[in-house]
Amino acid sequence: MSKAYIFVFGGVSTITLSIFLFVLVPRLQISVVNNEGKSIQSPYTRSQLEGRQTYIEYGCVYCHTQQVRDPSAGADKYFGWGRASVPSDYIFDRPHLLGTMRTGPDLSNIGLRKPSRIWHHLHLFDPRLLVSWSIMPGFPFLYKTVQIENSPAKNAIKIPNNPNLWLLPSEKAENLVDYMLSLKRDGSIKDINNNIQKGKKNEF
Amino acid sequence: MDAKLVFLVLTFSISILGMFAFVIALIQKQVLVPDSASKSIFGKNEIGLTELESNGNISKTWRILDQSARNPILFFIVSSVIWLVIGSILGLLVSLKFHQPEFLGADDFLTFGKLRPLHLNVIAYGWLSPAALAVAMWLVPRMTRIPLQNNKILYGSGILWNFGVFAGCVGLLYGYTDGLEWLEFWWPIDILLAIAGAMVAIPLFKTVYKSKEKHLYVSMWYTICALIWFPVLFVIANSHFLHTGVQQAIANWWFAHNVLGLWVTPLGLGIIYYLLPKITGYPIASYQLSLFGFWGLALFYSQVGMHHLLGGPIPTWIANLSIVMSAGMAIPVITVAINHHVSTYRHFHVLKDSVVLRFIVFGAMSYTISSLQGSLHSIRTFNYVTHFTHWTVSHAHLGLYGFTSMVLFGGIYFALPRLMGTNFRKQYLINAHFWIAAVGIIIYAVPLGIGGWLQGQELRNTSGSFELSLKITMPYLFLRSIGGTLMLISHFLFLFNVVGILKSPKDTVKS
Repeated sequence: MSKAYIFVFGGVSTITLSIFLFVLVPRLQISVVNNEGKSIQSPYTRSQLEGRQTYIEYGCVYCHTQQVRDPSAGADKYFGWGRASVPSDYIFDRPHLLGTMRTGPDLSNIGLRKPSRIWHHLHLFDPRLLVSWSIMPGFPFLYKTVQIENSPAKNAIKIPNNPNLWLLPSEKAENLVDYMLSLKRDGSIKDINNNIQKGKKNEF
Repeated sequence: MDAKLVFLVLTFSISILGMFAFVIALIQKQVLVPDSASKSIFGKNEIGLTELESNGNISKTWRILDQSARNPILFFIVSSVIWLVIGSILGLLVSLKFHQPEFLGADDFLTFGKLRPLHLNVIAYGWLSPAALAVAMWLVPRMTRIPLQNNKILYGSGILWNFGVFAGCVGLLYGYTDGLEWLEFWWPIDILLAIAGAMVAIPLFKTVYKSKEKHLYVSMWYTICALIWFPVLFVIANSHFLHTGVQQAIANWWFAHNVLGLWVTPLGLGIIYYLLPKITGYPIASYQLSLFGFWGLALFYSQVGMHHLLGGPIPTWIANLSIVMSAGMAIPVITVAINHHVSTYRHFHVLKDSVVLRFIVFGAMSYTISSLQGSLHSIRTFNYVTHFTHWTVSHAHLGLYGFTSMVLFGGIYFALPRLMGTNFRKQYLINAHFWIAAVGIIIYAVPLGIGGWLQGQELRNTSGSFELSLKITMPYLFLRSIGGTLMLISHFLFLFNVVGILKSPKDTVKS
């Protein structure tokens, strides 16, 4: 077997070092944030969690980030995407949805930027109804359309410029909008730091 | 807490002990290799002879080794080529949706967000991994000089692996996803893939273990380590219960970048290190340098992943560590580049005769360019522009297509006639594949890189708007679809050629 052992040995030790640095140490660091940050975050409700699952299923993360950079790195703040993200923003996020691509805008505080349910439903049904230059795919399969004079249901939405055409959101669509509206990462950083320091020393 | 501490101490001590042992091995000259060892891949009287893809003058020694595990290797190759065609059709659909958002948009299964991960997973786990493994299975007997041991296991592995990829894809369509980029396959499927992967490793490791060769050629170092690294990465990253919050993002990108760095890159480099000297007929330029390049890759590449999260909510020390390591990657990349390009330069004329060498040289050049590009845009100044843009997509395709896939095309075109003992006479079809694919990836990657850069500038423009950053990319996204179409056409040709080689008449063997 000649000198294969050197490569086996070297290979194992480099990957172990990498696991130590990139899996174990961050795990310990972040668990401090997880324990201390819970008081400033509210967990998702059931429908928000289901909406989150829909967000994952339809791959929203491939175009939308949920991480805001510091003004030194990008114009995120000037686009109205809120303050820079901190680790305690993600305590209840599993899997994480940070994303690495901005074909679409960041959604960290979309619930603050677009608080209207109707806006979200119309936008999900056909983004170009509201944003002419959008290249986001529509999700018409999450909706039913009904042609009728009066509102067919409590949650039906009138489609603009289309007389008597109503939009009926499915449960999936309602949950997804619930989740979108829950995205309001606005806790001030001062609060967060105070909370972290109350428990253990801030290790960052 | 206690269990975590135990793991912490354990991994730290193993890695430190490992480094320590490595230094001792270095001092005792266990690690250094004689330059003459670079000739170990040649048979008697083979040095100085150009070896073309048509296998007219192959010696009997090679033929026996090649055909020792022929059928399982063929299974891996053919299945991976089919996945490649499927994966690139998906890729093209995804690309078209960028400038035709309504295109096939009314159906749940064909929405962008489902096809995009499908494309990535089909290419990564359906095409790249099994194709690279197939070429490795062909190389290992040649370098250890014994037939592939226990190779019947490979049938089971191939079937299980392909079933896993298929089931994973169906799962993604129905919403069964782990939701993490590069790790989308639902976790029960990951278990299947891990078992199938282990079943590939058994025959390969056993062959290495049984070999009586005094020296293992450089391609083997890369292959052995890749086979150790990937399973570890795959299992740890897919154990989702271990990870939480931002740390999960760290583990996610640690894995995703290591798939490239510690899996497809070493396997691809192994193929270049073998085929470049083999085809030209002369050993690699500097064998000592290849050693340097190898250990550099092992150390640096395993720690670069966090440049995917620069500017994000991760601890600063870990981001900085990855930046340093990414910049450090320039060292192994340049040493490998010197080795490859000097070897090519010395025997440039062979490119006229060997189409396979064109694939290999194109791959080696793409490796150098995309790796240096990677080092560069890991530095904060550059990263703040290129982050979150199509530049990254362009870079990824330059690495995984321009480098890895091109090298795999070359490797398969070289290995397949030898496995079959056939001689494929329509070399112009292989040549056509090369040129269409090469022009395709250039039209894909160059404009998209430019578009991504402009997009990044707009995302930094404090007086601009998001709208501008999107509109500026549109012409480049259209060009990408054209490049992608060419790539897809070349893959149909590839499938056609592979079938052609399989159906060619048997060749006579020189004894």
